[in-house]
Parts: sequence; structure tokens; C-alpha cells
Amino acid sequence: MSGGMHDIRVTVNGRAVAHRVEDRLLLSDFLRGVLGLTGTHVGCEHGVCGACTVLLDDVSARSCLTLAVQADGAEVRTVEGLGTAEALAPLQEAFRAHHALQCGFCTPGMLMTCIDMLATRRLATDEEIRDALGGNLCRCTGYEHIVAAVRSMVAARDAAGETAGERP
Amino acid sequence: MAAAAPDPLLRPGLIGARLPRVEDARLLTGRGTYADDVRPRDAAHVAIRRSDHPHARIVSIDTAAAAAAPGVIGVYVGEDLAAQVRPLRATSRMAGYHATEMWPLARGVVRYVGEPVVAVLAEDRYAAEDALELIDIAYEPLPAAMHAPEAAAADAPRLHDALPGNVLAARRFGRGDIDAAFAGAHAVVEASFRLHRKAPLAIEPRCAVAEWDHGRRALDLHVATNIPGVVRDALADCLDMPGNRLRVIAADVGGSFGGKGSVYQEELLVAALSRLLRRPVKWTSDRLEDLASTSQAFDERIEASLALDADGTIRGLRAEVLSDVGAYSIYPWTAALEPVQVVSFLPGPYRVPAYAAGVRAVATPKAPTGPYRGVGRPAAAFAMERLIDMAAARVGLDPAEMRRRNLVRAEEFPYRTGSGLIWDRSGFMETLEAALRDGGYAALRARQAEARAAGRWFGIGLASYVELTGIGSRISAAPGMPINTGMETASLRIDVTGAITAAFGIASHGQGLETTLAQVIAEELGARIDTIEVLQGDTALVASSTGSYASRSAVIAGGAATLAAREVRAKLKRAASLLMEADEADLEVADGTVRVAGTDRVMTFRDIARAIYADMGRIPHDRREDLISTQTYDPYLGTAASATHLAAVEVDPGTYAVRVLAYHVAEDCGRIINPLIVDGQVQGAVAQGIGAALLEEVTYDAAGQIVTASLADYLAPTAPCVPPIGITHLELDLPDNVGGFRGMGEGGTIGAPAAIANALSDALSPLGIAVDELPATPERLFRLVRAAQRKDDGA
Repeated sequence: MSGGMHDIRVTVNGRAVAHRVEDRLLLSDFLRGVLGLTGTHVGCEHGVCGACTVLLDDVSARSCLTLAVQADGAEVRTVEGLGTAEALAPLQEAFRAHHALQCGFCTPGMLMTCIDMLATRRLATDEEIRDALGGNLCRCTGYEHIVAAVRSMVAARDAAGETAGERP
Repeated sequence: MAAAAPDPLLRPGLIGARLPRVEDARLLTGRGTYADDVRPRDAAHVAIRRSDHPHARIVSIDTAAAAAAPGVIGVYVGEDLAAQVRPLRATSRMAGYHATEMWPLARGVVRYVGEPVVAVLAEDRYAAEDALELIDIAYEPLPAAMHAPEAAAADAPRLHDALPGNVLAARRFGRGDIDAAFAGAHAVVEASFRLHRKAPLAIEPRCAVAEWDHGRRALDLHVATNIPGVVRDALADCLDMPGNRLRVIAADVGGSFGGKGSVYQEELLVAALSRLLRRPVKWTSDRLEDLASTSQAFDERIEASLALDADGTIRGLRAEVLSDVGAYSIYPWTAALEPVQVVSFLPGPYRVPAYAAGVRAVATPKAPTGPYRGVGRPAAAFAMERLIDMAAARVGLDPAEMRRRNLVRAEEFPYRTGSGLIWDRSGFMETLEAALRDGGYAALRARQAEARAAGRWFGIGLASYVELTGIGSRISAAPGMPINTGMETASLRIDVTGAITAAFGIASHGQGLETTLAQVIAEELGARIDTIEVLQGDTALVASSTGSYASRSAVIAGGAATLAAREVRAKLKRAASLLMEADEADLEVADGTVRVAGTDRVMTFRDIARAIYADMGRIPHDRREDLISTQTYDPYLGTAASATHLAAVEVDPGTYAVRVLAYHVAEDCGRIINPLIVDGQVQGAVAQGIGAALLEEVTYDAAGQIVTASLADYLAPTAPCVPPIGITHLELDLPDNVGGFRGMGEGGTIGAPAAIANALSDALSPLGIAVDELPATPERLFRLVRAAQRKDDGA
């Protein structure tokens, strides 16, 4: 049942990669299996849990509902493209400081979703933050510490005078 | 009574410090190692064809086309593996209990939709899944009683031919003269309660990767489990291998909540296939498989009644519990785990002088039930707390006052319950008063009066409960089961570089045990926390282990860590005393150094370690002691952890959606190791309890098909469903165990369904509605309101 093969070129975390892939290969399986970037997690394979969220040309996308061939020519950003264990990115540091993760399985998808929402939403209230997190399931935290981490990032963003460009 | 403990936030020292976690750097950067991240280069991938019948005889299986499909390495049915493995069989000494056998793949008969039947091995997962469709299985359907009430009947079709019926376990508890208690009662309240089946739903689906090393005839199994020790010991039996050739590793685990707390057919399957094929074998489940085959829980029907004096004093409690346990008695816990705990915890934190209760665990053609956060106690608290509120209404008391009058009082501890549990002193009354105060009970009642005046459905619910945590070897989670859940080992060493390694048998799956155990060791040893490496989740670390479950790890592993740290500290002092020619009594150990008090004579742990291990002759050979300690701790009994939850809810009269407007938890978890982590455990567990109360339900239709097999159908709480959760920590008298810790990982899930059921019943009380079935979905609430309105119209 294997289908056609396609050559794709993708920039992943700033690095250009070229591969020949089956047309049905999921982006999540491409990242994890072909590129060995196992930071992107797969929780449901039907687009509900959000654990597999990556940025596709800066927009959050479910890598389990995206085919690798759809990423041809695109820039993909995964959790591995954020900070490192020695130098966490501010968002990662906020998650650590607020204990916004427990088992860590949903966390990479949460982080990528948060990057998108911090860039595109005002997030003036906790209710707006909860609403924006609504597409990512976390079974461990009850979300409260995640909300606190995001709130701290919103405060820093707004203090720095950066504004979120509302996406239509 | 001990003096009041200092505020955990202000107390100096590492135990009680609000420290960020050491695990986080790797997990936040995508560098964790979950089972599916283990990718042996030449792994064969397994896909499993599962039963699509609830109960059927397997007539024939044609695997020829699948075996010939591209990329397929082999196709296996149950009989192919029968000579390779022994089945899982959860035994128990409990009278009247019937064990069942679970083979890696079904043999002869299937007993639930989702049971593994055929395994396809292929070069990748895509090829393996393609080939599944080419397998042709002929089934002869067998009769089945789908639900517990029918299945418990004497003439019901039997799910297991070899057993006398479908009741796998039955037990009765009681004390006191129950008939007299009811006969002399001023009032009796009674109801039928129904808690529907749940899925634990860890976000990481189950996964197992087996690597057979033919040179050593040894097997490593990387598996998403919270009980690697139990899995190792089960594999040793089922594969007939010695423990030193079996290593079970659960490095990072993406949540469990109990769903990864039993031994599964698939774990046995990949291990057996890897040994058979002499190559790595990997299985990663998808969400459909996870929902259909991971252990489920909480499927309870409870008939209960409470006898009361005129002043609200409880005279007696009666209950009959029918527990729908699914198709098999799960390993190692047995089918009795959840049902027996419902009955043994039903009296809760109250003085119940007379108690009579029975429970039956009934096999049905559904996925087996197993542990799920709270085990039995969410159902018990739901029923008891509803009865308490019903009783309050009947005798004309505020629900808070009803609890005040019946909670076990400080002077009554230790208190023996009607089911034989013993509560050590815990803040039963204190958590109630704290929840009322800090949750703003009086203000909420005022808000409710306004809302009611405006015709809105606004309600307030309380739930007080107590659980037994950190349970030692005196008490078995399920009576007579074949593992010891009551002890833990810590193996602590300082190596020649002065670095500290602490190895445990526990298996963290989100609790942050690498952090909290390091805090305990740092404080007890006098070490810097960043010099301590905590190893866990690997059966090679200590001789005997089980894992992390039942709110035990902080108490039992923390106790073992304390004992080991104290011994190594004593060894450090003895060595330093020789090396610095000082009296041991004058030595201070802190911050990774040993100092002669009041002097500048100081040695670091590294100096001492070098002197012991590397510098020949510095310590007389007959006084040389390695800086190593292995300690096993068994608290023998358990310790009570208590809490009171306060919830306020409003029901939307248009959509029947429920909003949780306010939530507060006041809890006593003993000495707090890390308040940040305790907060996270409480919040997460309450969110799960809210899911159990309002959203989550595994549904099987009349034909035995699971119809909640995706996350679009099985609804778990999302961020907008969960309110901010206020928490009051009370550190009252510390329990009589080594560290003074109480377990607290499960409590939120125990209290929340009860508190929300009470709040909803309070909200709808003007209509005469009681919410005694959970989850209280919009459809159920709509039906209740409609029925109440019709009754009104008819009157």
C-alpha cells in the first residue's frame, strides 16, 4: 500500500535537510523517525491532544495531521530549536520556574503553542490564556501552573513594548 | 501533640524548599527518553490485530496474505507463543477469588473488544499496520452479559468457561449491630450511586521496546510503565529467566495515573518475540489502542444508606457495591483492587459505629479495570459525601455542621474504622475549617442567595475524605496478592570524585521524584543538591523493587533515602574524625563539607572520598569504610492523608453546561518536601476529578463495542474547563514514619467528584434534583431537569 515517493527540502530548526519520503509519511514520523528529533511527541495521532505541535512557517501545526510532503519548502521549528539545557529560552525558563510541567510529554507541544499565542494574541486575562491553551491536553498539571508561566511571559512581552499581531 | 510545624515556605533547609525541578531542563528541551524515543537501528515493529468482538470463539485465523505483504517479517497468533511464555495470572489468597489467565495473544476465545489476537512484525510501523488488514479471522460469537447487573446473575452467560460464574471476587465488611443502628434511627437517607467507567488517559500512549542480547542471553525492556520492578519479576516468571538477565527500564514516562501500573500482554509479547527473533522488537500503541486496551477504572454501582440520630449523629452505614471489572483480573493487583477499596474506604473520615457492606467484582466483556488515581476512594467519597449532604438536609443542618458533628475528632485518634483501617492523627477537622475559611464558604453562600433569588442554578459542595498512603507491608493494596508493596530500597554512594549517586526502585512518571528525593538526601546528608544524581526507573539499580503508585514514593523511598543518608553521613564523620584528628562530636556536616566546629579545619566530601578510596594508607586499613549505604524501609502500617474540598458550580439553564466557579482544597500531607510540587499534584489531581465528575466516560454499546475510542469522544478536561484552584497546606502532627511525610499524589481525584456532585445537587435542589450519577454531562442534567419539571407538571 505504499504510495509514491517524493523529494522534499525542509528547513528544520534552521538546518536545511533533503529527503526522499513516502507521500503518506506524517510530519511527526518524519521528525522523529527520519531526523531523530524525538522531542516532538505523538499523543493521539488524530489531532486532538496537541502534543505533536510544531511551528510550520511560524504558525503552530499538528505534525500528526500534516504530511511530511506538505512541509516541502517550509521552515519547521521544534522544541529542539528553542533553548538548550544549559541556556533555556525564556519561555522554557518560565515553565521551569512555575512548575508548568510534570511528566513532560505534552510540554514540547505546549511550548510551541505558547510561542504562537504569545506572538499572535493579546492574552490580557487568564481566561484568554486558558482559551488559547484549549487545544493542548495536559493530564498532569491541571493547567494552572502553565497559565502562570504564560502570564509571566505576557507581562514580560508587554513590558518590552512588543505587541501581539492579531492573526485574522 | 507536637508543636506546630513552621511555615514550609519559611523553613530553612532543603526539605520544604520551593525548588524548581532537576528533571525539567531535559524535558523542556526535548531531551527526555520516553520509551518510543528508544529506536534500535534494526528494530522490528509490531502492530496488533485486536478483537472486534466482545466475546467470541476464534474459529480460524488466516495470516498468509499478511505474511506475504511487503516489509513483513512474521505474523504470530496465540498458539505460536504458547510454548515460549507462561500467562500472567494474578493470584490472591482472598477467599472466593477467581484468577484469570492473560496470554500475550488470545488463545481460543476473545473476551473484550481490543484484546490482542494477532501480532504482525514488519520493518516499520506503517508496513505492520498495512498487513493487519490482510489478516482474516473467523469468529463464532458467544453470548455475553455486557454490564455488571446482568453479568452477576446466576444464569448469566459465563465469560470464563472454567470459572463457576462471572463474580471474580466478593467480600463483606462490618462491625457493630447494624440492624439496631437502623431500627433505632431518627432518620435514614439512602440512594443509588453510579460512577461510570473512566480511562486513565496518560498523554503518552503505552509503548514497549525489547532488546534481546543473544551473546548474554539477556533482555532489556524499555517500557512506558510506573511499575518496572513488577514487570521485571513477571517477565522472569513468564519467560523463565533469572532477574540478572532481565532489565526493565522506564527512563522518562509520560504520565500513568494508574494506566501504566499493571503488567500488560504487549509487554510480554514484545519480550517473547525479541527473544524468539533475536532482534529488537518495538510496539507503540496509538490512541485507539490505548483507549481500548489500557486498564480502565471506577465502574461502580453503589447502593448505600445512612442511619441518623435527630442531631445528625451517624448511627450506621449500609452499602452494597457492584463493581464492573472487565474481562480479566489484572496483574498483579487482581480484580479486587478497586472494588474492595470502595468498601473499605466508604466510611471515610467519619465516626461510623455500625457498618455493614458487601462488594462483588463482576467480569464483563470490557477492557480489564486496574488502578486509576484514587483507586476505589473516588467512588467511596462520592457516595459517602452525597449521603452526608442528604443527611444534613434531612436533619436541617448546614453541610459543614453535619461534617463537624461526625468527623473523627483529634482525641479519638488512632481511630479504627468499621472496615478495619486505622487512621493515625490527621487534620480531619482542621482541613474542614480551613477549606471553609480559605475557600470563602460564607461569601459563597451569600453569592448563592443572590443567584437563587435571580433564578440561577448555583451550588456549593463540600467533600471531606481520608486516604491511606505510604502503606507498609502490613497492608496489601489487594488482599493476598503476590507482591510486596510495602517496602523500598535506597542505595546511596559517594564515589571517589565526591559525587553522590542515589539509586531507587521507584519509577517517577511526572511526580518530580528526582528532585524531591535529592532534597531529602541533601538535607539528611549535608550535601549540596547539585552534587546528587538520583537514579530510578530501572530494575538494575536495586535488588527488589516494584515502582511508584499508591502515593507511596515520597513516604517509603523518602524514608529509605533518609536512612541511607544518615548512615553515609555517620561514615563521613568517622572518616573525617580520623583524618582531621578531631572528636566526631565536634564535626559539622553541611554543604558537602565536614568541618571541625568553630575552626577553619574543613574537608570536602571529595577530600574525604579520595582519602578513603584513592590515597593508600591515609586511613588505617581496619577502619576503612566505603561511603556506601543500602537501606530498605518498610513503614509497616500506612499513614492517613486527609483533605476537604470546596467547590462552587453553576449550571447553564440553556446548555446544561457546568461551570466550576471556585475550587479550594485544604489538605494535610504531613511534612512537605517541595511545596511547588505538592501544589502541582493537587491541581492536576483535582482537574482529573473534575473530568471524572463532568466529562469523562468510557462507553460500550449494547453490542460490546467501545464507542469512546478517540479523544473526540472521550473528553478530558482542557484548560478552560479547570478553574484556578486554591490550596491550603496544613502541616499538623507529623506521622510516625521516618521522614514525617504523608502521600499526596491522589487526593485531588478522590475529593473532586464528591465535591462537584454535592455542588450540583445543591444548585439543583430547588428543583428537587439530586446528582447521584457521574459524569454529570449536559445530557444527564437535562434529563434530570426535564423529569423534575414533568413531575411538577403532573402534581
